[in-house]
Amino acid sequence: MIELTDVSKWYGSFQVLAGCTTRVDKGEVVVVCGPSGSGKSTLIKCVNGLEPFQQGSIVVDGTEVGSAGPALHKLRARVGMVFQNFELFPHLSVTENLAIAQVKVLGRRREEAVERGLAYLDRVGLKAHAAKYPSQLSGGQQQRVAIARALAMDPVCMLFDEPTSALDPEMVNEVLDVMVELAREGMTMMCVTHEMGFARKVADRVVFMDGGAIVEDCATESFFGDMSSRSGRAQQFLSKLLPH
Amino acid sequence: MTYDFDFSVIDASALAVLAEGMAISLRIAAVAVAAGIAWGTLLALMRMSRWRALSWFAAAYVNLFRSVPLVMVLLWFFLIVPQFLQSVLGLSPATDTRMASALVAFALFEAAYYAEIIRAGIQSVARGQLGAAYALGMRHWQAMRFVILPQAFRNMVPMLLTQAIVLFQDTALVYVIALSDFFGAAYGIGERGGRIVEMLLLAGAVYFVICFSASLLVRFCRKRIST
Repeated sequence: MIELTDVSKWYGSFQVLAGCTTRVDKGEVVVVCGPSGSGKSTLIKCVNGLEPFQQGSIVVDGTEVGSAGPALHKLRARVGMVFQNFELFPHLSVTENLAIAQVKVLGRRREEAVERGLAYLDRVGLKAHAAKYPSQLSGGQQQRVAIARALAMDPVCMLFDEPTSALDPEMVNEVLDVMVELAREGMTMMCVTHEMGFARKVADRVVFMDGGAIVEDCATESFFGDMSSRSGRAQQFLSKLLPH
Repeated sequence: MTYDFDFSVIDASALAVLAEGMAISLRIAAVAVAAGIAWGTLLALMRMSRWRALSWFAAAYVNLFRSVPLVMVLLWFFLIVPQFLQSVLGLSPATDTRMASALVAFALFEAAYYAEIIRAGIQSVARGQLGAAYALGMRHWQAMRFVILPQAFRNMVPMLLTQAIVLFQDTALVYVIALSDFFGAAYGIGERGGRIVEMLLLAGAVYFVICFSASLLVRFCRKRIST
């Protein structure tokens, strides 16, 4: 589904990604973690072409992202993305947020788009808030709407870029619950997150990044299982995150 | 050392002339605001374009018009453009091009100012919004049209109105091309009746009332937007 091969990226002379290679197969959930500044957000933004990269290749659902040209828009419409800061459109109601891209990008009829949007809104438990504006919702609610907005496009896979790191602690779980449910339904997911509990529960693989490079890429059990076989950097990272 | 004010020059026929003048002032202002915002939006988008030629053109345009006096632009369009049009379209030299010159000059001049307001407005919209629009598969123009510009214009309403007020005051400059706007009408009446001082005071009062109430409206908008 998603295949990254030797991806490198520079800002001027500063290298932010160094030869990243990994893959997310259909139905797989891969968690990408690492210290801040390790390039994980940049990497996931490269996957749907929001960030350009200079070397290597990324193939998503059969489309080569780096050279997609106009096909990039079509690809993005099939790849759901959830951002750290939700990025709902503040000038539109929740219903319009859910419908606008379905209508303008996929060419669906408005009624159909609204109906679909509301169905997903119901799934994330927010049906009662359809007429509200984003600013009237809590952070956790906004993020759930953002997930519903992405799902309403019928994505073939979902990208999550630190979806809970801008949330107050008491709201983290309502968002993670939605993501866990999604994972259990078999959605292909690539998640940049620090939520190791989530990783342990649903991830098939964990990718650990440091300094723009992928340092570890292994099955979840072994990532959390035998600490001694982890790299020093990963051990250090995990010891800070995991409960003592 | 006292001046005997005599407002009797303002009779019914004078009022009719003044009303006609006001209609011209408002027409020029309205067209200039509408065309200025439309062309200004395009200029702002061009200036932020990835295409070097477009952004260079827009930057040159904006800097040129912002660096010359409006009176001069008015005179350029009044003196040069009609001759050009006459030779191109075969118009007779008697065709009255004053209004057209004024409208074109104001629209092109104001667009430069609007472009900068609109550019700032677009840049005030959070960067992540563009990413979110792209991530949903929108093309650049769709992201601008449905996501960025609506938010930008909402933030910009007070600035756009303030610029419209300034523009309305500037319409008085059309007297240099002998157009009888409100100010020109007032001055003409005063001149004919020997009561220029009275008419200038009246004109000033009218401009003040209109512009001051408009600026109260701007303040109201600001409050509404910030809540």
